[in-house]
Amino acid sequence: MSLSLNKNPMPEQDPKVRAKNFAEVTLGYTAELAQAEAERCLQCKAAPCRKGCPVQIDIPGFIKHVKAGEMDASIAKIKEANGLPAVCGRVCPQEEQCEKHCVLAKKGEAVAIGRLERYVADMARNKGESVDTLAYADDAQKVAIVGSGPSGLSAAGDLAKMGYKVTMFEALHLPGGVLMYGIPEFRLPKDEVVQAEINNLRKLGVDIVVNAVIGSTFTVDELLEEEGFDAVFIGTGAGLPYFMDVPGENLNGVYSANEFLTRCNLMKAYRFPQSATPIHVGKRVAVVGGGNVAMDGARTALRLGAEQVSIVYRRSEKELPARLEEVHHAKEEGIHFQLLTAPTAVLGNEDGWVTGLQCIRMELGEADASGRRRPVEVPGSEFVLDVDTVIIAIGQGPNPLVQSTTKGLETNKKGNINADAETGATSKVGVFAGGDIVTGAATVILAMGAGKKAAVAIDQYLKEKKSK
Amino acid sequence: MYKILVKQQLAPSVQLFEVEAPLIAKKAQPGQFIILRIDEEGERIPLTIADFNRETGTITLIFQEVGASTVELGRLHEGDCILDLVGPLGKATHIQKFGTVVCVGGGIGIAPVYPIARGMKEAGNEVISIIGARSKDILIYEKEMAAVSDELIITTDDGSKGLKALVTQPLKELLDSDKTISLVVAIGPVIMMKFVAETTRPYGVPTVVSLNPIMVDGTGMCGGCRVSVGNENKFACVDGPEFDGHKVDFNVLMSRQRMYKPHEKQHSEHLAGKQEGGCKCHSH
Repeated sequence: MSLSLNKNPMPEQDPKVRAKNFAEVTLGYTAELAQAEAERCLQCKAAPCRKGCPVQIDIPGFIKHVKAGEMDASIAKIKEANGLPAVCGRVCPQEEQCEKHCVLAKKGEAVAIGRLERYVADMARNKGESVDTLAYADDAQKVAIVGSGPSGLSAAGDLAKMGYKVTMFEALHLPGGVLMYGIPEFRLPKDEVVQAEINNLRKLGVDIVVNAVIGSTFTVDELLEEEGFDAVFIGTGAGLPYFMDVPGENLNGVYSANEFLTRCNLMKAYRFPQSATPIHVGKRVAVVGGGNVAMDGARTALRLGAEQVSIVYRRSEKELPARLEEVHHAKEEGIHFQLLTAPTAVLGNEDGWVTGLQCIRMELGEADASGRRRPVEVPGSEFVLDVDTVIIAIGQGPNPLVQSTTKGLETNKKGNINADAETGATSKVGVFAGGDIVTGAATVILAMGAGKKAAVAIDQYLKEKKSK
Repeated sequence: MYKILVKQQLAPSVQLFEVEAPLIAKKAQPGQFIILRIDEEGERIPLTIADFNRETGTITLIFQEVGASTVELGRLHEGDCILDLVGPLGKATHIQKFGTVVCVGGGIGIAPVYPIARGMKEAGNEVISIIGARSKDILIYEKEMAAVSDELIITTDDGSKGLKALVTQPLKELLDSDKTISLVVAIGPVIMMKFVAETTRPYGVPTVVSLNPIMVDGTGMCGGCRVSVGNENKFACVDGPEFDGHKVDFNVLMSRQRMYKPHEKQHSEHLAGKQEGGCKCHSH
């Protein structure tokens, strides 16, 4: 049997249709497609794909079970390493991780590992997966997890399975962090996928406390000294939006991507007025930035009814930091790419509303520290983009709340927590950290990997503490 | 879920709720705020904490029914629960012995000025309070403010109680008098805070204002509440809500407050339709 050099494509909603709804863009494999894709896996003994996975899922192992039609065994295999497979199957940049190392990728396309992971997870969930509630020892030690995003969720799941009593604190009214407020419904369904996977953690015995702002409702020191926690994991992410610092940024119609996406995703503003949170989207929208968040903002604006949406990015297409798949989807839906362009001012009218985005053209010069060619302004090339909404998606920094209220917790110049890359140990005994709060904004799966490593280190720390 | 233990109408369309929220009551300080969400469809509403009781584990919220969501909030009864309540948020008022402190409260803003005035009094300051409203019917917290102030001056726009004046008039008289005013704290409509700041500016008297811009999360995540303070963008939720009134760009703030006016109407109409449609989920 000769194997196809190409992945089996995943069915998707038609671009014209989906650009007007919030339903998921990709529809997932059918049983036949999953079977055909699983057949492509060579079951390499060395399994190079695993090395690319930040949580080291036994990839050939779970695919083998798919091939054999053993779906229960397949999900069990994935869950040995990953508690959020339906999430990761959707939002991991597999092309830079597991799939990059796939032997098939040398001659053609890698096995569609992400699509298969998603298929297995969705099948298990739709079937009504049973999760056994764990029994805890009376003297089980307690771990507090600060933040319920990817790193916290993965640390919580692993620690619960190790027998610790885990309480996760979330500042917002729903757990999930960026999975809830940041990534749009059409890429990652909220109730159906995110909350379902989080509910599995609850079934494991993880206690989730929402509406609790650590640094205010409780400080980390109080968690350790008064609330009886033996260790704390901080996974508060990169939640502080950066602005451009150009004139006019406070005009009505200018949003941080965080605000725009939070209104739509967490607060369900796309259902306004049934949902009480309003959102403004004009006729012509500029989204500043070229990452996944920018793509999410642009595609959300389109779905909210904008007539024209442009990505404004200062480098060229090759340097776009967004996943190729996201750029491809955005283009299919009709997002316009205004490349080699940098905003210099937001223009407004007397009533304080945006009327345009003043920009300057750029060209690429020498490579900078990041290895990408540095964009330089083309003198005299200013022009005005005719827009009435501007969404700024140029990155996020660490929220300082926990760091500034915790005694003896060291941070770097940018305000990220200093933590050991392998263990998550911080400068404060019993306090561990991982994910974007340590590394700066990165990916869901890297944060999950950090949560896993920290869980191992916390286990070791608590065992030593107990034996003393 | 956070239970409403006491509901009291302070004035037409001004409600007081005493809500069970022990964790917040334990930590709350004057000047801080909470964010609440009425139900699953609700928006996140920021409200300043008007009072707190650490023994009973309750906080007091006072709000005016101005928009669709606050009208809906006002329909809740004693014994009903608020779905989500988070806090305390923002920085606390800096309270110490300054000397003579003038506390200015306008309209609904009198409620959050109250714990600050009390704190200032307890810290050994002479507290002179100026409270103002459109008319006497909607003047709130007069008794409470009197109890924590060495002197209480009342103003109404229509002269139905106290001076027929804006709060800035007696404030200017105080600044012109022999008294040394160390600090002015003003909370009320943005336009009032702007004019209080303009009144004190020539005298160089430090003036603190408490801002309540549109916000979503209240923890520094959305940036919707950004205000220009001394030509620098600050987030009211985490850097404030109190700022140096002489440095705040009030005009941009006022413009930003109007961002969702058209949506407000649409939401009100939707809720009115829901009420008529016989949804009785809020009545017992």
